[in-house]
Amino acid sequence: MGLLTSILSISLGAILINNFIFSQFLGCCPFLGCSSKVDTAVGMGLAVTFVMGLASAICSLINTYILVAETSIFGVDLSFLQTLTFILVIAALVQFVEMFLKKAIPSLYSALGIYLPLITTNCAVLGVVLLNVQNSYNFIESTVYGITGGLGFLLAIVLFASVRERVQFAEYPESFEGFPICLVTASLLALAFMGFSGMKIF
Amino acid sequence: MTYVIYAIAILGILGAVFGAILAIASKVFAVEVDPKQAAVRECLAGANCGGCGFPGCDGYAAAVANGEAPVNKCVAAGPEAAEKIAEIMGVAAGEAVKMVAFVPCSGTEGHAVKRFNYDGPKNCQAAMLFGGKSNMDCRFACIGLGNCADACQFGAMKIVDGVAKVDREQCVGCGACVDACPKKIVKLVRYDQFVEVACSSHDKGAAVNKICEAGCIGCMKCQRECPADAIVVTDNLAMIDISKCVQCGHCADICPRHIIKFQYKI
Repeated sequence: MGLLTSILSISLGAILINNFIFSQFLGCCPFLGCSSKVDTAVGMGLAVTFVMGLASAICSLINTYILVAETSIFGVDLSFLQTLTFILVIAALVQFVEMFLKKAIPSLYSALGIYLPLITTNCAVLGVVLLNVQNSYNFIESTVYGITGGLGFLLAIVLFASVRERVQFAEYPESFEGFPICLVTASLLALAFMGFSGMKIF
Repeated sequence: MTYVIYAIAILGILGAVFGAILAIASKVFAVEVDPKQAAVRECLAGANCGGCGFPGCDGYAAAVANGEAPVNKCVAAGPEAAEKIAEIMGVAAGEAVKMVAFVPCSGTEGHAVKRFNYDGPKNCQAAMLFGGKSNMDCRFACIGLGNCADACQFGAMKIVDGVAKVDREQCVGCGACVDACPKKIVKLVRYDQFVEVACSSHDKGAAVNKICEAGCIGCMKCQRECPADAIVVTDNLAMIDISKCVQCGHCADICPRHIIKFQYKI
């Protein structure tokens, strides 16, 4: 399978078929927490995409050159340290990106800034780097998977937020007020995304 | 054994490297915040209501620290805060007049005639879709579905008897409700103004009579009897000129429709 086709199938898989929220159930807390308005949902989605892409790229490099025995510069198998190292990398990365954006691109910071600290502990970010290792993706594939996984998150959260904005005008039983109706909405959306399951290209 | 040593060493080194990078980054990418700005920010109400016309409290604090904004714009924190900020900035505070929101409509349940029973979303904007004036027959009537109450961050607005009512003590005069009202009838008035005309109708008296028991019919009685000539009926609605008003309250006593109302008790 050539690189292009593998990238294509990874992207399609990450955005639609194995959507991080609707079929892997990763990153559910920002999905529920940041989805009351479409604007904030877009901000959160973009921030997640940004961090997932960066984290995938950097963790892929660290995994290849430090942790895995065959390619490591140290020649020892440290793959049991993966989870720990990745958490360290993601936490440091998010802090760094936040500081960098504040100084270099204040406009982007004011748009994404408040969401960045929330992402440090987002399971979708850790999930994507661990899945990269599990699927033994190379550097390019990892980065693509990270970015498209983020885009899948963006799609999911924006869809969900726009439905939520309308749901508040709908009539539903009083006991469903608040989170219950949101969870019903989310599960219906997840059901819709189940339609993509089993799809394959090449 | 070597594994353990390698693991500890590599994780330790990674941690140290990241720590060092972050430490350097915090110096390199440090954004200097004017200490004045932080001090000004401390004095503000912190509600991010936007009453000052700046994007949030931080935006206003930055503008004040740069000398681009007057110190008395934070209506939510009141005159005390303006004085504190003035002290920080070393300028005179100036007089900040306390303003409060006012809903000039008296068409409560049973007073104003309704065209039909509205049973849609509890949102004034949605109700406005019906002929551009909601289910109220009067074009200027409060719809009473509470867009203003939703917009109020200070819990100062509530709907009483189908008309929005302002809690003058809770209200900080940020004007969020003024923007939220789709009929554009909510307005800001001086807190110390004694009487206000609680009607917005510019319709002719005969028309008002048919659709609302509590609407200004433009009878001119207040205009004739006002000792200070502060009331003029323009466009079928009594208007009080607050620069002339002597706060005697005579108009409120004589208004045949009882819509010139005392705003507070003396």
